[in-house]
Amino acid sequence: MINASGKDPNMQSIVKGVVQTTIIKPPSGWSALNLRDLWNYRELIYFMTWRDLKVRYKQTLLGASWAIIKPVLTMIVFTIFFGNLAGVPSDGVPYPIFSYTGLLPWELFATALAVASRSLVQNRHMITKIYFPRMILPISSVLAGLADFCIAFLVLIAMMVYYQFKPTGDIWTLPLFLILALITALGVGLWLSAMNVLYRDINYITPFLVQFWMFITPIAYSSSLVPEEWQVLYSLNPMVAVVEGFRWALLGTSQGAPSITLVVSTAVALLLLITGLLYFRRTERLFADMV
Amino acid sequence: MGDIAIRVDNIGKQYRIGAPINQYSTLRESISEYLSLPWQKNRSLRGTREILWALRNVSFEVTQGQVLGIIGRNGAGKSTLLKILSRVTEPSEGLAEINGRVGSLLEVGTGFHPELTGRENIYLNGAILGMHRSEIDRKLDEIIDFSEVEQFIDTPIKRYSSGMYLRLAFAVAAHLEPEILVVDEVLAVGDAEFQRKCIGKMSDVALEGRTVLFVSHNMSAILRLTQETLVIEKGLLVLRALTPTAIDYYLSRGLSQEGKYYWKEEEIANAEHPFRPIGIRILNNKNEICDTVRSIEPFRLEIEYTLDEPVTGLRIGIYLMTTRGEYVFTSFDTDDLELFETYSIRTAGHYISRCDIPANLLNEGSYCVGVNASSYRVRRYFQDDQALTFSVDAAGATGMQWPEPRLGLIRPRLNWEIEEI
Repeated sequence: MINASGKDPNMQSIVKGVVQTTIIKPPSGWSALNLRDLWNYRELIYFMTWRDLKVRYKQTLLGASWAIIKPVLTMIVFTIFFGNLAGVPSDGVPYPIFSYTGLLPWELFATALAVASRSLVQNRHMITKIYFPRMILPISSVLAGLADFCIAFLVLIAMMVYYQFKPTGDIWTLPLFLILALITALGVGLWLSAMNVLYRDINYITPFLVQFWMFITPIAYSSSLVPEEWQVLYSLNPMVAVVEGFRWALLGTSQGAPSITLVVSTAVALLLLITGLLYFRRTERLFADMV
Repeated sequence: MGDIAIRVDNIGKQYRIGAPINQYSTLRESISEYLSLPWQKNRSLRGTREILWALRNVSFEVTQGQVLGIIGRNGAGKSTLLKILSRVTEPSEGLAEINGRVGSLLEVGTGFHPELTGRENIYLNGAILGMHRSEIDRKLDEIIDFSEVEQFIDTPIKRYSSGMYLRLAFAVAAHLEPEILVVDEVLAVGDAEFQRKCIGKMSDVALEGRTVLFVSHNMSAILRLTQETLVIEKGLLVLRALTPTAIDYYLSRGLSQEGKYYWKEEEIANAEHPFRPIGIRILNNKNEICDTVRSIEPFRLEIEYTLDEPVTGLRIGIYLMTTRGEYVFTSFDTDDLELFETYSIRTAGHYISRCDIPANLLNEGSYCVGVNASSYRVRRYFQDDQALTFSVDAAGATGMQWPEPRLGLIRPRLNWEIEEI
């Protein structure tokens, strides 16, 4: 690192090349996305994600095992009530692993949504005191969910060994479905977090939204239950493609194979992300005054 | 690019008063307002929101390497200006151009998390302030050393004392190396020893040729660190001058040189019903209004006000402080038990509260009188921290056979005995 001496302006401009110039002016309508700023602050995304992870299970008795307990217990309840008692068909795979494969991306999505929607309001002391791209807050809350996902994934591996499932040849697509889940979560997270600054109603809406969304996502049941003519409408929910994609890539069920469902879901996910980004940028300038 | 580090051109920022509470409190209201307004012929609903310009028509330039002070009363718009320059909030009009990386310290310890250790918080806070990881790695030892909390660096900071917390927070901030530093009052924290260290560090920063914008109420810090200072008043930039001139101007500003001050209508608007302040005067021992009193003569302070309704437990207070912000004393008109009983309820009417300041009390210098009207633990009706300034002249005072300035705020005439044994 060169220690630039500020006393010699010539020296400084040689060492640093061009001094970065910032223009501050009133916002006008739809501002540009300013992704360059986000890139400059990429280390902050890392640190904020790391902070969320570090803090999440501080002063809890069971610590990170919560990442396993929640989906596993849900799986057990689903298996008893939907799998055994209601006899919900599970595309020919054992019901426990069927529902757990769905719960895995779902938990990632649901947690990301809940944490992201609160991220701006909870960090209001930062927002009112210092500049950084505000988008970092919802982004890092979504990314922090990945750690829980990885831990919960270990249980899935154990279950696959137990039920003697060999990963299919399509397993390489799994990260793509994971990215689809993250895009959806970020898109909705941006909407909710920004709206939460202006309307605290979002605090009440989010839990309901997550619950509602879970019912329209094929976690406890298979999307094959949905009649053919409703499939396209059903796939407007991007999480349909994510969950079925996970089952297809890991267990070889036929539902999630690339099809019109996947195209529709991906398109909706991208739409959510783009509109989320635009809405976030548009309201961002109000954050410091309103939060 | 040239020499200019910061160029501010006609910057203004408006707020809608009461907006955060009334405007978007719930989604339902917002939606119903949005839906109903287009159908209403009378859109006065929007018009009734009062607009307040926190800052208006502010223009100035700062050359590279300059340390510029900013002073002004509470609510004058200093913090708004710093927030705009550090991009926390966006201006409503105007333009600012900043050449170089800005580090802003509107607060120390931003983003500190109580569950994380001191070391972890250094990284986190550093990243929030815009430092790179490699930069923090390199300065880590120096920061820990400066903070004086080595033994506790791996303890969660929720176990820190407030002093330790502030030291750690300032240590990170002090090692920020932006080309332009924007600082708001962070020196007003910590114990005297640590404050000295902080001011020392700030001087170093200034000497290194970095551009600094420095907001403070601490006049001696402003005097020490800056050559030039901006005075901001009610959102307007009223003066840019060499620091001693600016401080003089600021301290005597609006505060008459004639030893009296009558509050203007808009200032009275701050007062709470039923208290209405009228004015404050200084009278010398010949009962003349004056702005300079002699140390060896008593003088009188008068505060005039009306009460529209009877008030229980009202007390009118004065705060006397030096123009450097050190308090000399505080006194209330009902300090005396007898008066306290008599005026336990003050009926509606027109009043003057008088206070006699005895001779041989104050040392020479400039003083500032603050006024406060309140009912203890019930309500504050009015406050003006700098209602009036006046000077004390030491001519004829005790010890004037040596024409040297004396240390201390007071200059009492004390009885000495010299005994030869």
